[in-house]
Amino acid sequence: MIPSGFEYHRPENVSSAVEILKKHGDDARVIAGGHSLVPLMKLRMAEMAHLVDLQEIAELRRISFNRDNVVIGAMTTQAEIVSNGQLSSLIPILRETALLISDPQVRNMGTMGGNVAHGDPGNDMPAVMQCLDAGYTLSGPDGTRTVKARDFYESAYFTVRSDDEILTGITIPMPVMSGYAYEKQKRKIGDYAIAAAAVLIGDGKASVAFTNLSDTPVWSASASRALASGSIEQCVDCAMDAIEPQSDIRGPAEFKKHVAKVVLRRAIHKAMERTK
Amino acid sequence: MNDITLEERTRNLQGLGSSRKRVEDVRFTQGKGNYIDDIKIDGMLFGDFVRSPYAHARVTGVDTEAALKVPGVLAVLTADDLKPLNLHWMPTLAGDTQMVLADGKVLFQGQEVAFVVAADRYAAADGVEAVEVEYEELPVVTDPFKALSPDAPVLREDIKDRTEGAHGPVRHHNHIFTWEQGDKDATEKVLAEADVMAEEMVYYHRTHPCPLETCGCVASMDKVNGKLTLYGTFQAPHAIRTVVSLISGIAEHNIRVISPDIGGGFGNKVGAYSGYVCSVVASIVTGKPVKWVEDRMDNLMSTAFARDYWMQGKIAATKDGKITGLWCHTTADHGGFDACADPTKFPAGFMNICTGSYDIPVAYLSVDGVYTNKAPGGVAYRCSFRVTEAAYFIERMIEVLAIRLDMDAAELRRINFIGKDQFPYQSALGWEYDSGDYHAAWEKALDAVDYTGLRKEQAQRLEDFKAGKTRKLLGIGLAHFTEIVGAGPVKNCDILGLGMFDSCEIRIHPTGSAIARLGTISQGQGHATTFAQIIASEIGIPADDITLEEGDTDTAPYGLGTYGSRSTPVAGAATAMASRKIMAKAQMIAAYLLEVHDNDVEFEVDRFVVKGAPERFKTMKEIAFAAYNQAIPGLEPGLEAVSYYDPPNMTYPFGAYICAMEIDVDTGEHEIRQFYALDDCGTRINPMIIDGQVHGGATEGYAIAMGQEIAYDEMGNHMTATLMDFFLPTAWETPVYVTDHTVTPSPHHPIGAKGVGESPNVGSVPAFSNAVHDAFRPFGLVQSHMPHDHWRIWKIADDLGLHQ
Repeated sequence: MIPSGFEYHRPENVSSAVEILKKHGDDARVIAGGHSLVPLMKLRMAEMAHLVDLQEIAELRRISFNRDNVVIGAMTTQAEIVSNGQLSSLIPILRETALLISDPQVRNMGTMGGNVAHGDPGNDMPAVMQCLDAGYTLSGPDGTRTVKARDFYESAYFTVRSDDEILTGITIPMPVMSGYAYEKQKRKIGDYAIAAAAVLIGDGKASVAFTNLSDTPVWSASASRALASGSIEQCVDCAMDAIEPQSDIRGPAEFKKHVAKVVLRRAIHKAMERTK
Repeated sequence: MNDITLEERTRNLQGLGSSRKRVEDVRFTQGKGNYIDDIKIDGMLFGDFVRSPYAHARVTGVDTEAALKVPGVLAVLTADDLKPLNLHWMPTLAGDTQMVLADGKVLFQGQEVAFVVAADRYAAADGVEAVEVEYEELPVVTDPFKALSPDAPVLREDIKDRTEGAHGPVRHHNHIFTWEQGDKDATEKVLAEADVMAEEMVYYHRTHPCPLETCGCVASMDKVNGKLTLYGTFQAPHAIRTVVSLISGIAEHNIRVISPDIGGGFGNKVGAYSGYVCSVVASIVTGKPVKWVEDRMDNLMSTAFARDYWMQGKIAATKDGKITGLWCHTTADHGGFDACADPTKFPAGFMNICTGSYDIPVAYLSVDGVYTNKAPGGVAYRCSFRVTEAAYFIERMIEVLAIRLDMDAAELRRINFIGKDQFPYQSALGWEYDSGDYHAAWEKALDAVDYTGLRKEQAQRLEDFKAGKTRKLLGIGLAHFTEIVGAGPVKNCDILGLGMFDSCEIRIHPTGSAIARLGTISQGQGHATTFAQIIASEIGIPADDITLEEGDTDTAPYGLGTYGSRSTPVAGAATAMASRKIMAKAQMIAAYLLEVHDNDVEFEVDRFVVKGAPERFKTMKEIAFAAYNQAIPGLEPGLEAVSYYDPPNMTYPFGAYICAMEIDVDTGEHEIRQFYALDDCGTRINPMIIDGQVHGGATEGYAIAMGQEIAYDEMGNHMTATLMDFFLPTAWETPVYVTDHTVTPSPHHPIGAKGVGESPNVGSVPAFSNAVHDAFRPFGLVQSHMPHDHWRIWKIADDLGLHQ
């Protein structure tokens, strides 16, 4: 449980961080809160010659509230999401989700950017970002680009981000549907979901996404449409077609499908009750 | 003259029955404990293991060249290096031998292959990465039943042709022993002729003690004076010293073993591990101290597991529910080596306590030990040598019989308990239960939880469920367990030939304070607190004035250590007996000082008084001083004593546990609504510590029953080697407990105490598991295996058609 040696970098702005990545290519990795990366390093499943720590970059820690959107800096911690009153009143599903991520010690270190960029299908925020139709800002040597959360994930730990790009921010379009819920079943505090569902509903629209039920987060257009049209059963059916859980220590695939249905129904009912 | 009352004087001692605060916690709560990894010696090196990625493979080559070039790496030990010293294999506590480093093959994933010694941990880890090992994979067997099939792969090629093992004849290359107890023919006759017979396979899955602090040691060989000092996480430091001497050839007086503070043991730290041997060898080779400390994965993958018993049971009864016989055949999965930690004559531990709390006229038990491609172990995880397995077995069989009889399980227990007037009770499988009052405990427990009310609520819930008003069921889990602890009488209990007595040495200082040293070692039990309380009550010196020391073999008297709830029954008894030797002398001193005959003084709390003249007395403080400054005719100066206590019998703590559990049939989630634990551990030394023990043990029991397991896939890959997958409850998951007690003192123990540390692990597992089973009983569930994690509970509901 001891990582192999690496050179530690601590840049103070995004451009110098990008410079380091450009110079070292895939020999370099950025680190945010480290709660996913450090265990992989200790297991020597992730080895890199250069580790680029983003925590000195103040510009990545801001949350800005604009007329059409909210932009969350990548280094915003889960704890900051939980404690930000303005954010919680505008996009309450973020707080609800953040509170289901492990324990306070982890939330004090774990960041939004790390959570969505890592590509672990067990992370909670990616499905929520897909549900919210958020966009990710990627900064690289050739400038910045924005990729929709719904287009970002390719397979487990693989995303469209290139090795020399840094995910610097998350843009969530406003307003957000008023009915919301994130329902997660897990074995214990600190565990990934057996199954989790994010639901948004309101003004004749709906959005449905899942955590840890495929090798990527899953947003289902057809399930979202069905729910928007008021058919819960059709929504559930479409959702079941969209997911592809694997059997593992948390249980067989058919169990996970069953739980997916349960958490989805619960999320739908909770979201509908909360609709203003 | 008596300016304070007798009660106040008693209270001031903080003796037996006082909820004295733990003296250890002053340092523990400030982070000032001294654990193995806190030990730092100048020039100390670090060792780390290369481990096998395969569960069964031939090792065809170990190339250490690249590793030796890693900066900071000083040496890499392989089996070939240990061979000239005859240390490439080591004896286990169970009469088997075990590879210290892979000698030609590996038998489980995570097995030690090479030991890298380096200047620091980082270099050691880099060195481990650089060692190149060539493996040739062999067929893997992880199922103990398949391991016994005729064409099963040969695991132990070193002993494949033997016909006699350490515990009798061997019938198959993967068969370790068969242990039989009781009367087979009589039992089978009763089963054949019974009104009612229920049969079931009860599996107690493989799990792991997983102490907060992992195993480790620091070996320091002083080549100038020839002395080896070995610090380690040892639950039995004196036995380790003897073992090290026997296998290394270093004279025992030249070995000093020190167990510092230990962060939990639960049986994991009883045995001898490769890390200890390699550290000692590395220290001898390099002339420097060598530290080895497991990480969590090392601990979960390679050091001793617990349980893994497949228990086929048959129970016979009259149609009225009186049990007439019990039969059990256990298939015990021991992994690649038999490294169980049991008394020598008990290869399946005290599994023959499996008649439990019940008066069962005939019984038969047989246990087959089997090799598989899994880690070795089979230790008593917070239990006394397989008592947990035995208690789980009988408490499941009682429930199975209740279903078969269509009877309430509380009532079935009631009519089968051993009666209070039957003690001492001779069990069909050979034990003499010393004392008990099971009916009283049972009624108290049932009243406390309002059992009748709970059953009514459960019936209403069932109706609501069937009417579609709820998706949650209510389960009521009952358990009445009888423990057998305090191993044990030297006539039938030994480990590696060392009788299982224990010891205490007490020295009273001139000013009336004292130091006591014991052969045991606390791992969190609070010995420094509770043993001082025994002495306080026996001798009349305040507990605060008594220092306790354990764990240093150069200073403490020889003892067999702490496991199997033996500290209070055995070393606690030695403490009382040593105290009484001191008191015999103190009485003579008092009589001399008071100028009366020895028989004319009597002890009263903290002083000797002249019979009939209570104003004439000498306090223990005065007596202590006199022992050092008076020339008393016929008496040596000083006031100290040592006792080596060989217990005449085991002690038999018992308890009644009841759990009310809500179960969501759709998700398999559960909620512990109520958990009531009544323990009878005889005389209660410190009620607060007993409560703490019950909370801790019941939380381990909760983990085991509801999710904790060591799982392997068919290739022998370890699936639960991190705390992400191996379930350790946090404060969030931990249930709230209500504790209670009755007091039935042990008739043969000097202060009547029986031991309690392990009772809650033994008793709570069946209570939790029975609650799950009970919830589904109305739908036809008879038996389902632990752990009852979400998916397995969901599967029960699914198989019973509750998801349609």
